[in-house]
Amino acid sequence: MIEAFYISKFFSDTQVLNAISVKFEKGKNNLIIGRSGAGKTVLLKCLVGLHEVDDGYVDFDGRDFSHMNRKNRKNIRKEIGMLFQGGALFDSYNVEENVMFPLNMFTKMPYEEKLDRVNQVLQRVKLPNANNLMPGELSGGMIKRVAIARAIANNPKYLFCDEPNSGLDPNTAEVIDDLISEITEEYNMVTIVNTHDMNSVLKMGDHIVFIDKGRVGWQGSRDDILSSDNERLNGFVFSTELTRRLKRRK
Amino acid sequence: MKLFYSIGQYLLLMKQVLARPEKRKVFMRQLFTEFFDIGVGSFGIVVVISIFMGAVVSILVAYNLNNPLIPRTMIGYSTREMAILEFSPTILSLILAGKVGSSIASQIGTMRVTEQIDALDIMGINPANFLIFPKLVAAIFINPALIIFSMAVSIFGGYLVGVFTNLFTPAEYVLGLRIFFDAFSIFYALIKTVVFAIIIVTVAGYQGYIIKGGSIEVGRASTKSVVYASILIIIFNLILTQTLLI
Repeated sequence: MIEAFYISKFFSDTQVLNAISVKFEKGKNNLIIGRSGAGKTVLLKCLVGLHEVDDGYVDFDGRDFSHMNRKNRKNIRKEIGMLFQGGALFDSYNVEENVMFPLNMFTKMPYEEKLDRVNQVLQRVKLPNANNLMPGELSGGMIKRVAIARAIANNPKYLFCDEPNSGLDPNTAEVIDDLISEITEEYNMVTIVNTHDMNSVLKMGDHIVFIDKGRVGWQGSRDDILSSDNERLNGFVFSTELTRRLKRRK
Repeated sequence: MKLFYSIGQYLLLMKQVLARPEKRKVFMRQLFTEFFDIGVGSFGIVVVISIFMGAVVSILVAYNLNNPLIPRTMIGYSTREMAILEFSPTILSLILAGKVGSSIASQIGTMRVTEQIDALDIMGINPANFLIFPKLVAAIFINPALIIFSMAVSIFGGYLVGVFTNLFTPAEYVLGLRIFFDAFSIFYALIKTVVFAIIIVTVAGYQGYIIKGGSIEVGRASTKSVVYASILIIIFNLILTQTLLI
């Protein structure tokens, strides 16, 4: 479980996060949603330690991540997989080398064993035989799938996804959502997804956290969201004709 | 104030760069890749510039030696001294600041804007050490080799002028090359080259690493790395010459 306790973050004089306390449980798809500029990416980056929190702390299964020394933090980071918005695949490595990278850095497996693991995760993300392709030869959806394969190669306990569907067509976006959901269940991970894709919210949101003006504006599940009377949340979630129709039908 | 901030930021980055590599095997693989990229990749430009540099220097010296009391062997001597003391270590380092430095800054800068550095960070890898340290070690070893090679090619360029023109005879040139040789000149040139190699890689690495923004910033960082490294090379050239030769 990952818990944030009253975390605040400032950039110069601007407060982006204001005393956020939230709990993300294992085996669930935890979604962070909110308007652009609400602070959801900053929250995600504070959770993984890319931004230092100015107040409060983040706890990974009872380990205070925010006040840890670099060495202990490194041990936790080995348990984290992250899917970045653009994939963040290493340009100079091919697919196989990208996926093998965490195994090369943190395991003493022989090459054959590493290759087996790489093929296994590539198979899992439905990209067999893509080993020798370079990132420049991949489509947007393939990049995301390779990035997921790299994130799970070292059996992480925690998976963070920053807008996994951005720039993808609806079908591919659904494939990525399904993949994240299946992997979360399969690996029993704590998965935190930062998104503003309403299809993802309604499809995979086991636990949804709505960030509004740097605070937690609402929390609940995908079923709760349809019956919520939170005006700010409804204004955000049901901002399109399609979602408004869905709400009316409910 | 901004200058002090940048110097502090640069020194903090260097502290991260000079850490022990995460995995020796991976580091060695990167090191050999960098030897190839920096060394073999710069080989062509070093040959072309050096051969023409040596040829021009010998022509200029020959052109200026009108006094019959000064022997023609001075052409070979002067070409050798200029190539060893200044042209090869300094001019070639300035060229490498442009070629290697801009490539390092844009490579690391692109990795920053496409979140590849964040990806390394998340995995628990020290990105500064992983990306800059192999380049630094490779440059420290390969740049002196390139500069020694450049010295030889420059001197050969001067020799070719003797062969293809009547400004001086090859025999006079070779005799000039062999007089008043002080091995310390080579040592001095190598010290300069190592210092310049450190400047080229660390300034470019720093400029690429601190980028915030997008592709425009990558271009700016690349330009800045060449400009700042060139200025520092010129300043350190003066300091080292003053310290080591006088």
